[in-house]
Amino acid sequence: MRKRLFSVWLAFLLTSGSIFAQDLMDMLGENEAPVVDYTRGTFKTTRIVIGQSIETPPKGNMIFIVTHHFGKLNSGYENLFGLNQAYIRLGVEYGITDWLGIGLGINTYKITWDGFLKARILRQSTGARRMPLSMNLFASMAVKTNKWDDPDRTNYASSRFSYAFQLQIARKFGKWVSLQLMPELVHKNLVKSAKDKNDIFALGAGGRVKVSNRVSINAEYHYVFPGQIHEKVYGSFSFGIDIETGGHVFQIFLTNSIGEIEEYFIPETTGSWLNGDIFLGFNITRIFTIVKPKLP
Amino acid sequence: MKINKILIIALLMLASAAMGQKYVTKTGSIKFFSDAPMEKIEAYNNQVNAALDTETGDLVFKVLMKSFTFEKALMQEHFNENYVESDKFPNATFVGKITNAGEIGFQKGGTFDAQVEGKLTIHGVTRSVKELGSLTVSDGKILTTSVFPIKLSDYEIKIPKTVASNISESVEITVEVSLAILNQ
Repeated sequence: MRKRLFSVWLAFLLTSGSIFAQDLMDMLGENEAPVVDYTRGTFKTTRIVIGQSIETPPKGNMIFIVTHHFGKLNSGYENLFGLNQAYIRLGVEYGITDWLGIGLGINTYKITWDGFLKARILRQSTGARRMPLSMNLFASMAVKTNKWDDPDRTNYASSRFSYAFQLQIARKFGKWVSLQLMPELVHKNLVKSAKDKNDIFALGAGGRVKVSNRVSINAEYHYVFPGQIHEKVYGSFSFGIDIETGGHVFQIFLTNSIGEIEEYFIPETTGSWLNGDIFLGFNITRIFTIVKPKLP
Repeated sequence: MKINKILIIALLMLASAAMGQKYVTKTGSIKFFSDAPMEKIEAYNNQVNAALDTETGDLVFKVLMKSFTFEKALMQEHFNENYVESDKFPNATFVGKITNAGEIGFQKGGTFDAQVEGKLTIHGVTRSVKELGSLTVSDGKILTTSVFPIKLSDYEIKIPKTVASNISESVEITVEVSLAILNQ
């Protein structure tokens, strides 16, 4: 009995060194002040597929984004299944702060200039402040500068303008899955006929599933509530793959929309997936640090 | 029975003697530097938790990985998301000892070479390490510094071939921690 007790003590004495070190470690834990831990990387870049994601450029960073949609896959060999056509948007985005991003772009489709503001109003976080969701306000304006569809009527400059607004609500469910919901509104100053509404309400949803640290599969759908547009339109549906290399993100996707901005792809998607009105497209995103953060 | 009592008392005495003076900080700094052919990457963390028990020589560090600041925001995101996976492994820790603590004049002050041995955990991988550092003791404060390399593959941090020329396989770590006496 005594012998056994003694050996227990001996074992305790021998291990006590590391026990004290562990005590020191526990002491560090007690002293730690909780910090707000913001969720990063809900999406790899500022687009889910063709539409805006919750992400904004980090403060002082500029994103250059090239968007390219080829022509329709069902346009036949004489059009090389769409490869003979291109709709391009060149855009820049800048993070004024970590919660406010601005963007500017030029589209070859209807020679349209667009500009937008994206403001984070809630950021998903854990730690000292728990917030289950991220939320953004997105407001954009587009000006088409091509020739008038009908040059014989009286055309007003204001007729060139259209606007898009979104409330973006997103959540990153752990490392692998992120989802985003977007109640959205497109306002067009000029519509095709009197039967069309100027304000078009829609609901967008998108998400991604990561398949590795650097690759994810993304999808996005915009549902336009019925009775607003006279012409037959379809919901814009896109899916694709994100590949992140060092400084670039490549997004390669299939979509039924020609338009590359919300003003166009939400209300003007006349292509149908079932008919083969499918466009192959890609985004190339490159980020540049313009203002370096202060390092100690 | 008697012997047991004596043992318990002796142990209690020993334990209290072992509770030497403790030095702590929450604002230690760690820098890392990767010198690859295409790109030099530096990151700083000045919220390093550390504690030293001068009696036993026990030394611990705890580093919140998310607190590393980079020159480029994208690097910082990739560091956390792809390389150290800081959601899964939020902290890097070191639990060890100054093995030559007896030779260091914690009472009289001065600058001393320190031999440090212990277990370093990064990215969920624990390895035994043995490094040299220096300690500068001056009234109520101990400045500890150390520069040492770590191999990323030792800690299962994988660098894809496409960025192999941007990120060095061996990263230089500079530790500079000023510990202040803990009043208990």
